[in-house]
Amino acid sequence: MFDFKYLNNKDRFLTRTNPLSMVRAAFRAAEQQRNLKSTRVESMADGTRGKGDRKEPPDDEAALSARLQRLGERLDNASRPSENVSGPRSTADASAFARGFRLSTELVAGVVVGALIGWLLDRWLGISPWGLIVFLLLGFAAGVLNVMRAAGVVRERRLDD
Amino acid sequence: MDPIEQFHIVNFFALGKLGNVEIAFTNSALFMLIAVVGLTLFLVAGTAGGKAVPTRLQSTAELTYEFVVSMLRSTAGSEGMRFFPFVFTIFMFVLLLNMFGLIPYAFTVTSHIIITAALALTVFFTVLIYGLIRHGFHFFNLFVPKGVPIYILPMIVFIEVLSFISRPISHSVRLFANMLAGHIALKVFAGFIILLGGALGALGWAGGVLPFAMIVALTALEALVAFLQAYVFAVLTCIYLNDAIHPGH
Repeated sequence: MFDFKYLNNKDRFLTRTNPLSMVRAAFRAAEQQRNLKSTRVESMADGTRGKGDRKEPPDDEAALSARLQRLGERLDNASRPSENVSGPRSTADASAFARGFRLSTELVAGVVVGALIGWLLDRWLGISPWGLIVFLLLGFAAGVLNVMRAAGVVRERRLDD
Repeated sequence: MDPIEQFHIVNFFALGKLGNVEIAFTNSALFMLIAVVGLTLFLVAGTAGGKAVPTRLQSTAELTYEFVVSMLRSTAGSEGMRFFPFVFTIFMFVLLLNMFGLIPYAFTVTSHIIITAALALTVFFTVLIYGLIRHGFHFFNLFVPKGVPIYILPMIVFIEVLSFISRPISHSVRLFANMLAGHIALKVFAGFIILLGGALGALGWAGGVLPFAMIVALTALEALVAFLQAYVFAVLTCIYLNDAIHPGH
């Protein structure tokens, strides 16, 4: 049992994407929303984090079923936003392709828009190259934000209300 | 043999001039016209009977309706239903144009970025104008996420605005690039068969079986991509419209 816990913790450490934790500080309201992958692993490691779980014997049926139920709920919550944006699940290959393509265009679009706006500002205000530098960076951030929204990592604004 | 040749615009006859630009009836316009007329006929014929036990045509028409309704309702809520005609039109139009592109010698309208950009910009301005009319200044709350510390808020707002502006680009480029790349890949593999046969004779034609098998597989994949991209385009339209209906907070 100890080995399992150790492995789970290690997995958690490995699969937890770092940008996620960086963004979560800014989007404190989005605390509950989690990456599907990290949710899965966290739920598996639930026993190590649950309040009373540690004291109870590991083969307790009630605790196990409660944890399974919690896992199911969390999986439902985590997988819902990504289902909205990706294609039908049955066509795994093509939908994965479409998903990958969607993510890449989101990133590129953000960068392109930032560069374009920066370049135009440079031309109008004659502040070359500062507009390009600043807006390229902002555009890159917007692209990353787009990608994280598309991947369902950051909660979409529409779920806020 | 030129894989780009399939995308050439051909003028059939001139319709007149708008300033210096000649407005002509092109092969692109022809296929759009076919799609619109075919779609109208399909839906009119499909809904004409209204039988309790639907005919094949009627149940197909109902199926498309149900599909778009569930897509719209799950992303934009029941309030989004006022945009149903818009979303349904966009979805069926794009789907039909994508599917037409798979027919040999047909022209793929959606492989031109001007078409997809026009559609994406229509969605963009619909969102912007409807959101402003409906919510007024409150619509700009879309760019101010909740729970952000005040000292990084200006930067976040900038990033959100850029993210909003970049939408029509990713929206249009995705559909256009998918169709363009798929059709070029098909033509390139078809070209391999001719090249092999021309260079190696009988042996080459026999070897051409391999790229031919690839074409068969790619055509199936393209049919899937054609549907999937129409679906993704429509779903994103719904998501963007949802922002206009509920800007949040």
